[in-house]
Amino acid sequence: MSTVVGEMDQHDDHHHHAPSGVTRWLFTTNHKDIGSMYLWFSFIMFLVGGSMAMVIRAELFQPGLQLVDPHFFNQMTTVHGLIMVFGAVMPAFTGLANWMIPMMIGAPDMALPRMNNWSFWILPFAFAILLASLFMEGGGPAFGWTFYAPLSTTYSSDSTALFVFSVHIMGISSIMGAINVIVTIMNMRAPGMTYMKMPLFVWSWFITAFLLIAVMPVLAGAVTMVLTDKYFGTSFFDAAGGGDPVMFQHIFWFFGHPEVYIMILPSFGIVSAIIPAFARKPLFGYASMVYATAAIAGLSFLVWAHHMFTTGMPVFAELFFMYCTMLISVPTGVKVFNWVATMWRGSITFETPMLFSLAFVILFTIGGFSGLMLAITPVDFQYHDTYFVVAHFHYVLVSGAIFSIMAAAYFWLPKWTGHMYDEGLAKLHFWASLISVNVLFFPMHFAGLAGMPRRIPDYSIQFADINQIVSIGGFAFGLSQLIFLWVVIKCVKGGEKAPAKPWEGAEGLEWTVPSPAPYHTFDTPPDTSKTPPEAQDHG
Amino acid sequence: MSIRLITALTAMFPIAAQAQSQFNLTQGVTEISQRVYDLHMTIFYICCVIGVIVFGAMFWSMIRHRKSNGRKPATFHESVKVEILWTIIPFLILIGMAIPATSTLIAMEDSSESDVTVLVTGSQWKWHYKYFDSNVEYFSLLATQRDQIENKLEKGENYLLEVDRPLVIPTDRKVRFLITSDDVIHSWWVPDFAVKKDANPGFINEAWTKVDQPGIYRGQCAELCGKDHGFMPVVVIAKEPAEYDKWLAAQEEIQRKAKEEEQRLLAMSMDMTELMDLGEQVYLGSCAACHQANGEGIPGVFPALKGSPMALNDMEGHIDIVVNGKSGTSMQAFGNQLSLRELAAVITYERNAWGNDTGETVQASDVNAYMNE
Repeated sequence: MSTVVGEMDQHDDHHHHAPSGVTRWLFTTNHKDIGSMYLWFSFIMFLVGGSMAMVIRAELFQPGLQLVDPHFFNQMTTVHGLIMVFGAVMPAFTGLANWMIPMMIGAPDMALPRMNNWSFWILPFAFAILLASLFMEGGGPAFGWTFYAPLSTTYSSDSTALFVFSVHIMGISSIMGAINVIVTIMNMRAPGMTYMKMPLFVWSWFITAFLLIAVMPVLAGAVTMVLTDKYFGTSFFDAAGGGDPVMFQHIFWFFGHPEVYIMILPSFGIVSAIIPAFARKPLFGYASMVYATAAIAGLSFLVWAHHMFTTGMPVFAELFFMYCTMLISVPTGVKVFNWVATMWRGSITFETPMLFSLAFVILFTIGGFSGLMLAITPVDFQYHDTYFVVAHFHYVLVSGAIFSIMAAAYFWLPKWTGHMYDEGLAKLHFWASLISVNVLFFPMHFAGLAGMPRRIPDYSIQFADINQIVSIGGFAFGLSQLIFLWVVIKCVKGGEKAPAKPWEGAEGLEWTVPSPAPYHTFDTPPDTSKTPPEAQDHG
Repeated sequence: MSIRLITALTAMFPIAAQAQSQFNLTQGVTEISQRVYDLHMTIFYICCVIGVIVFGAMFWSMIRHRKSNGRKPATFHESVKVEILWTIIPFLILIGMAIPATSTLIAMEDSSESDVTVLVTGSQWKWHYKYFDSNVEYFSLLATQRDQIENKLEKGENYLLEVDRPLVIPTDRKVRFLITSDDVIHSWWVPDFAVKKDANPGFINEAWTKVDQPGIYRGQCAELCGKDHGFMPVVVIAKEPAEYDKWLAAQEEIQRKAKEEEQRLLAMSMDMTELMDLGEQVYLGSCAACHQANGEGIPGVFPALKGSPMALNDMEGHIDIVVNGKSGTSMQAFGNQLSLRELAAVITYERNAWGNDTGETVQASDVNAYMNE
């Protein structure tokens, strides 16, 4: 193997070395370059969206209006949500897919490299447009990331047109990324790698990509109808013209619910790679993990109206959506049980990727519990649109999706950079994040149960103490992420030389190439029938 | 007059009626809200038990099965029996949860055979209540002073949860709410009744409650409805049926008299000072949320009145837009929200404040004439 790699290196030096300067990044079709750009972009967006959250938490630090007026506050909640969903979490997963999927399946690159370049490079424009709209007269979008009509149509400012355009671009980018993932996985697996031998990260992204292709066009339809309702005299969501504002919510959440699984399924894949590596024991129930992921994806199309129980649906519709939603906890539970069973009687060590993965399992499960509570329609009437919901989705998105992304970053940083990251600093980052994320989001459950609505810039005095604690947690969590930036920069610049396989228990093709991974890997496909990846024992 | 009376009455009610845990869902004051609370606690405890088992197993392995304890990893990775078991057991738990949830939901959605019906209409950013079977209707606005919100005055006990005219309903009777909206989607929520229902423009939703004990119950709009979403509370006073009937009759009388008084006052004209004083009061209550206290609006969202051509030149257009609103925008029709005197005063105020200085007055009779055209 090592001789093959050596030849590949020389081969690179002669023909395929990375071009230098800005054109390297502008014109690159290399999956590793594009993956890196996605990851950096998502981290920048994470900081931008995070600073908006800081504005929100600063205003809510005490009752009364101190720093911002309510109209600007609404712009902050809206753009914070949009940036975190479409700018931070989704591009981070696409970046990981770009870097890891070809290396995990033994492919030389993504199947459609030019489209790959384009799907990344339109993203900065989409977010530039969205952010620029904040400086327009009348301000940016202020109707929540869910942009319910008619608040987003008749009653919105003219930045709505920019919002619609930028969401279109984000959608096009996501669809192209998803097509690329599917085509790559279906066509470019190394000989011997059958579907049921693929690493779970590849599986979960494969399923996620189908979800993306299914629902991003629905989002595009929703924003287009908002645009024509506002500017071209249609009445899709206006009762006066025969439309229905609740129909908007049906369309939006038909996109929106699969969308939340788009933001969590790749996490499942990441954690399913990391826990076995540090438990030094193969993943428990590989096949059932695949089926559970597929089941969750399938059910995600049948539960959208649980976001809308208070809109006034027929009681049978409410029952249907309640039952389907509760059902999702079965495959999700299977996954959690499988991770615990993987750890059971293992030989566990606690490097940073493992710490983030363990925190993921626990905190995501807490988010799952509150999700189950929210599924119960009669009680949802009380929880709906309160801070209980805010706590719920931040548990699954921040300490869920984002923690898994952090875990992935630490797990594969040695492979990407060729250096070991600073374990001490990384652990500091982990503990600071873990403590602050709980100070930030756990008390929100109480605020919501006691009756604090979400998306309000000011609150009654009974919520003052809780909000102060939450804000302190928020500032601490925000600052903790600067440690992460420091660790990454330090690791890119230098550090202890990483071996090809820095983690004793890690399995998979990506660990068979040297660290840092050469610019081109697997020009000749590896024969996985002889050296199977992590799924080797399943057949 | 009646506004002050209600506010005074509001203050007299014991606060105990709305006492609730600062950290948990309210048990509320209706049979339904109690059932919802019980359901909430049941599911919470089930989640706790599952959590203890799952996290317990996890921490057990984290402590016992670590490499530093010299553990050698086992190699098992599959067990069909165990997997079937932990698919079926959660499924059975879910069925156990679904049964009480279903029966509670069906009870909540049965609004038939109600005794009293109130039409609740949300608009940016206030509630309007109209009693069926009687001629009583009124708007209910936030009563917290602006200075408290801007931290110039100390915040009162019911900061942001107080209104000028609360909804009044009888106890021990089934009250049905028909809920709708004039502009964007709002959501009418009273936690103590476990009632939260969206107010959708152009559609009518139903909800109901039957309150056991008299008291004051406070809630808020729950659906993001624009700039002042955080400033449209719901306050409901539940009174004994006899007292409620008395109250309703008195309200009918007051509203009838007010209409007569208005007609009588049409003949009288007010001078500039009177108009400006009343106008400023009305402006701050009804207009300043959008057009701002300084009349400058929010560029690109709410137009400025200061120096606007309409306020300076076009009196008929000005009366029209205040009375009828402007469709396709946030500008509401105030013709049915304010009295003729208030309309006249606020239009006069807008034409003379902030350096608009047209010197023109608008009288109640002018507005009346316009409305009867």
